[in-house]
Amino acid sequence: MASTQPAIPLTPYRRSHGRARRVLAGLVLAALAAFAWSLSAGALPVSGSDLLNAITGGAGGMETDIVRTLRLPRATAAFACGGLLALAGALMQVLLRNPLADPYVLGISGGAAVGALGAILAGAASGWIDAGAFVGALGATLLVFGLARGDGSWTQTRLLLTGVIVAAGCGAAVALMLSLAPEGRVKGMLFWLMGDASSVSQPWPALVLLLMGLVIALPFARELNLLARGEITARALGVRVGRLRALVYGLGALLTAVAVTTVGSVGFVGLIVPHLVRLAIGNDQRLLLPAATLAGGVLLCAADTAARTVVAPIQLPVGVLTALIGVPVFLFLLARHPR
Amino acid sequence: MKMDVRPPILGADRLSVEIGRHSVCRELDFTLQPGDTLVILGRNGAGKSTLLHTLAGLREPLGGAVLLAGQPYGAWPRGHEACLRGLLAQSQPDFFSATVLETALVGRHPYLGRWDWESPEDEAIALDALAQMGLEGFAERQVPTLSGGERQRLAIAALLVQQPRLYLLDEPLSHLDLHHEIAVLEHFRGLAASGSGVAMVLHDINLAARYASHVLLLDGEGGHVFGPARKVLTVERLSAAFGHPLRAVIDGDSTLFVPV
Repeated sequence: MASTQPAIPLTPYRRSHGRARRVLAGLVLAALAAFAWSLSAGALPVSGSDLLNAITGGAGGMETDIVRTLRLPRATAAFACGGLLALAGALMQVLLRNPLADPYVLGISGGAAVGALGAILAGAASGWIDAGAFVGALGATLLVFGLARGDGSWTQTRLLLTGVIVAAGCGAAVALMLSLAPEGRVKGMLFWLMGDASSVSQPWPALVLLLMGLVIALPFARELNLLARGEITARALGVRVGRLRALVYGLGALLTAVAVTTVGSVGFVGLIVPHLVRLAIGNDQRLLLPAATLAGGVLLCAADTAARTVVAPIQLPVGVLTALIGVPVFLFLLARHPR
Repeated sequence: MKMDVRPPILGADRLSVEIGRHSVCRELDFTLQPGDTLVILGRNGAGKSTLLHTLAGLREPLGGAVLLAGQPYGAWPRGHEACLRGLLAQSQPDFFSATVLETALVGRHPYLGRWDWESPEDEAIALDALAQMGLEGFAERQVPTLSGGERQRLAIAALLVQQPRLYLLDEPLSHLDLHHEIAVLEHFRGLAASGSGVAMVLHDINLAARYASHVLLLDGEGGHVFGPARKVLTVERLSAAFGHPLRAVIDGDSTLFVPV
């Protein structure tokens, strides 16, 4: 039946992985470029040589100060949180076997918003706002997991539905707090809701957790490939599905909670980035997870730089920009890849 | 008791299986030797897939035990059972797009360490299995572009890539045309002849009669008949099990069962 087929290329599989590795290398270069742009752009432009000088620790004047104490922490936080959201999104899409799942689908951002806005409403200092967001995120995660607990093929649907309902409840609580809040605090609350990297105090927890998340997830990447193909297939090939699901759920929730605590609920990164990367290099989690992490970091770092420079001195919430960039790109790519 | 040197590749020991409150089988005993081909027959909803999943160790039985090569599933080192028995599931949902070759390579998973990537040898095994299922030249196609029958053959190819000793097949002929039905059954007959065990759920009684060495007939209420195909496949038993009268047409050596 296949006598007219051309000869099978010797190693098509390796060739496709070659392309994926080139995409990964390109993303590393893009990450460096995004950092360079973020550190040099702003009210006080920093030249290339001054930037190199500031980073390598040479003595310097105001440029060095601005780069080290203001721009570097902010760029790092944006990059780390973009990576966290994209990695968490990729994990959630496999867990729920739904390419339209995102890190917030299980109510994590809703819980964080309730915690953070509650803290802002109470007039708490910024450290307490972070704490409120983190406690709220983990609270929502535990609530959804506890309510949806069970074993069987309906778990996924039930998990998704429980998450959607808890998120809706959190949305109502957020709306209530916004309408009760005094005038002076509403803008801070809105910025938190849209996602904002301007008030980041500590970028390092997010970066450390990002590396930890990759180190934990990558050894299970091939098992995740099987999980994405369905539970029966995965179990028949020896995957401990229950344990893997719990790991993915817990890890995804933790990554999202830290990202949301650091920069607020930035939208679209966790949904769009894994999807875009999947369209570009396929769905092998061993390549998809690191590539999505890098791409998410690049997107949020670049978007945050744009957010504070395009209409300077006004700073835009970065979440608005990720949506403005992400939505058209996503629609364009989707239209080019009809199934 | 048979006094074989090698233990049977699959055994059921007083096995009772239930789904919901519905009994699939009560106190089922059978053994499958290397070289045997078992066909499981029964009406819709009798629990054939549930029984097959139980035999694959994916489902706890209500009572009794399943023995894979002489040992219960729990006694095998974690993950080793996937090198011994493979399951063709009734449907292969594709939530995400993937290439044909990637999908076939999934069968190598049990043989790879946590950090291993598929080697050129693994790829050669996968390409060979694709060729055996008539899918040469399909390696780089996206699975969603395949027809139903091509997807079914791809799923069978992925199972062949797993190279188990026991093949558990849930409706292996679904979506296949006549030519591929026979080709697939001949392929598994060949595997059985070279020492594998095969157990499959089929709907076609006449194909079962042609390819089965043994038949397990479920009556849908927990009762069952197990034995050599020629003994189990009678007009009376089949008519009762399927709830529809049949008659036998003798054609030379073979008997054909035709619904009245």
